[in-house]
Amino acid sequence: MNTFKMWILSLTASIVMMPAAFAGTLDTVKSQGFFNCGVSQGVPGFSNPDENGNWSGIDVDVCRAVSAAVFGDPDKVKYVPLTAKERFTALQAGEIDVLSRNTTWTLSRDAQIGLEFAGVNFYDGQGFMVRKDSGISSAMELDGASVCTNLGTTTELNMADFFRANGMAYEPVVFEKADEVVNAYDEGRCDTYTTDKSGLAAQRTKLADPDAHVVLPETISKEPLGPVVREGDGDWADVVRWSLNAMIEAEEFGLTKSNAKTECALTSNPVVARLCGKEGATGAGLNLGESWSYDIVTMVGNYGDVYETHVGENTPVGLARAGSPNASYKNGGVLYAPPAR
Amino acid sequence: MTNALNEIKPPVIELGIIGWLRKNLFSTWYNTILTILGIYLLYSILPPLFNWIFFDANFVGSSKDECTKDGACWIFIKQNLKLIFYGLYPTEELWRINTAYVMLLIAGIYLLIPNLKNKGWVGAFLLIPFPIICVYLFSGGAGLTNVETRLWGGLFLTLVIAGVGIVLSLPIGVLLALGRRSKLPIVSLLSTIFIEIWRGVPLITVLFMASNMFPLFMPEGVNFDKLIRALIGVMFFSAAYLAEVVRGGLQAMPKGQYEASQAAGLTYWKMMALVILPQSLKMVIPAIIGSFIAIFKDTTLVLIIGLFDFLGIIQFVGTNPDWLGFSHEGYVFAAAVFWIFCFGMSRYSQNLEKKLDTGQ
Repeated sequence: MNTFKMWILSLTASIVMMPAAFAGTLDTVKSQGFFNCGVSQGVPGFSNPDENGNWSGIDVDVCRAVSAAVFGDPDKVKYVPLTAKERFTALQAGEIDVLSRNTTWTLSRDAQIGLEFAGVNFYDGQGFMVRKDSGISSAMELDGASVCTNLGTTTELNMADFFRANGMAYEPVVFEKADEVVNAYDEGRCDTYTTDKSGLAAQRTKLADPDAHVVLPETISKEPLGPVVREGDGDWADVVRWSLNAMIEAEEFGLTKSNAKTECALTSNPVVARLCGKEGATGAGLNLGESWSYDIVTMVGNYGDVYETHVGENTPVGLARAGSPNASYKNGGVLYAPPAR
Repeated sequence: MTNALNEIKPPVIELGIIGWLRKNLFSTWYNTILTILGIYLLYSILPPLFNWIFFDANFVGSSKDECTKDGACWIFIKQNLKLIFYGLYPTEELWRINTAYVMLLIAGIYLLIPNLKNKGWVGAFLLIPFPIICVYLFSGGAGLTNVETRLWGGLFLTLVIAGVGIVLSLPIGVLLALGRRSKLPIVSLLSTIFIEIWRGVPLITVLFMASNMFPLFMPEGVNFDKLIRALIGVMFFSAAYLAEVVRGGLQAMPKGQYEASQAAGLTYWKMMALVILPQSLKMVIPAIIGSFIAIFKDTTLVLIIGLFDFLGIIQFVGTNPDWLGFSHEGYVFAAAVFWIFCFGMSRYSQNLEKKLDTGQ
């Protein structure tokens, strides 16, 4: 069944892809004056609505960065909410040009179905939450625990792998929707709740007493989330990849949304000058204007700005960045951008 | 008069509240037990429920911090009301939706008041010019800014999908029912195939195909609007169900009605339109309204293809980091609104039956 599905998908993809490869998404996007960005149907901090119905979140800001780079305006984006099932079809069929929907970069996705990952904007991983008064301080102490989780996701499989690999017994308590899982855990129907750590942080705010719970330090899976584009359209993939890289590099060199204007006027650092669009002609290589990276930083912000606005410790999602893989490599994380030169 | 004075009144316990209670709630020992159990159940469910919904609930305020968490926090609904009712529709264009609502309301009230003249014209206005005006108002065109359907949502989208499904599926359903009973073999075969295929697949599959498979069959750049795909799916799906309901009505008609109208020299279409359909449709009103209510509730399934209907948008606004953890309030509110609409349709159907009742 799976091979058959893949076969259908790759066949249809190859038929659908042909004209796309010739047309060039970047040219099409430039001439129509906007692009379509596939987002989630609501993941707190990643892509969710604000009270005015505007999209916000770190996945949304990847789209806004691309828009700023291409048009010098972060709002030339049309957001298309997609379910997890339809996201890849929508990209292949040309309904969207960028998929920025907390999508895990895996080999099979990258290799088989005509998708190309343009980078990683969030390193997630599965973790466990327990009650503080249970006295558990490590996932290795969870032997015999009942575990609440979502039905039919990789979360369930990772959990099975983890307990089997460590020779521990567990009792899964499985629900369809995130809200049900949280309620069950809150009512004490299970000892621990497992999902991606970003999700744990967001769901924790829904608990009756959030401070009575703690997320265990272990991360049992790798979930690098990032934007995806259609395979076979290198120019467009480059634009998306370097829009993301520019945000990360701007942070490495201390260029923020608030100081970019003054820094760019004063700087003598050649890397900063290139990010400011003052030298190096980086835009020409990408078929973009020379101010592309400057526009990203001033209009959307660097990676740190975006992170702290949407998922940082001062937001309801409350994900501490220090000590997580999402910290810059200078602070012990794995976030590292190739030089934009 | 003297007789009346001597008349013996029934014992007090047979009359009034006590009598009613005795007769209906405590007539036998098992009824008494059931009554006490029922009262206990109500007592243990209703007060906490009312406390949660009304007495301990928060109504005043504008942020999550003003929710005391003792009861429901309706501030969540209040603050997101625009999103819940209109989806992501641009705020400055909301008057377009409201205009359509007002037109519908006026026409609806006019139709419901008995003994007014020209109801036929108002009905015809609702059926033909009104949908066209709506399409123009909602999506834009000459003079109005274009509002793409991906911005449509909330209760507005639910009403659009249900409205289109209900209004278009009835005529298609009637045609399919006539087709299935037709003596022309090809017409009958095609109708039967159509009905059985659409009725044999779950709506969720129809929507999923429309959203996920259909685009793969189209050449690059040819994109049917997602909403239109969903609308067509919902329409055909409910038409297939209605066709069988209507066919049931057609079969219940006595043969004499057909023979009498043919003897009177009516053509097939005249016979159907003037004699058979009015009578048979009247007989199946409860079943037809039942289908309509089902369509209305089924519209929530469009969530799986990434459209934000009323229920979908309530879940969606719940993912705003400022409003995490209010899913109970959202679901209760959604249930209440759905109930109001469905109950309204149900009452209307009973009203209609009474009005059309000819004492057969």
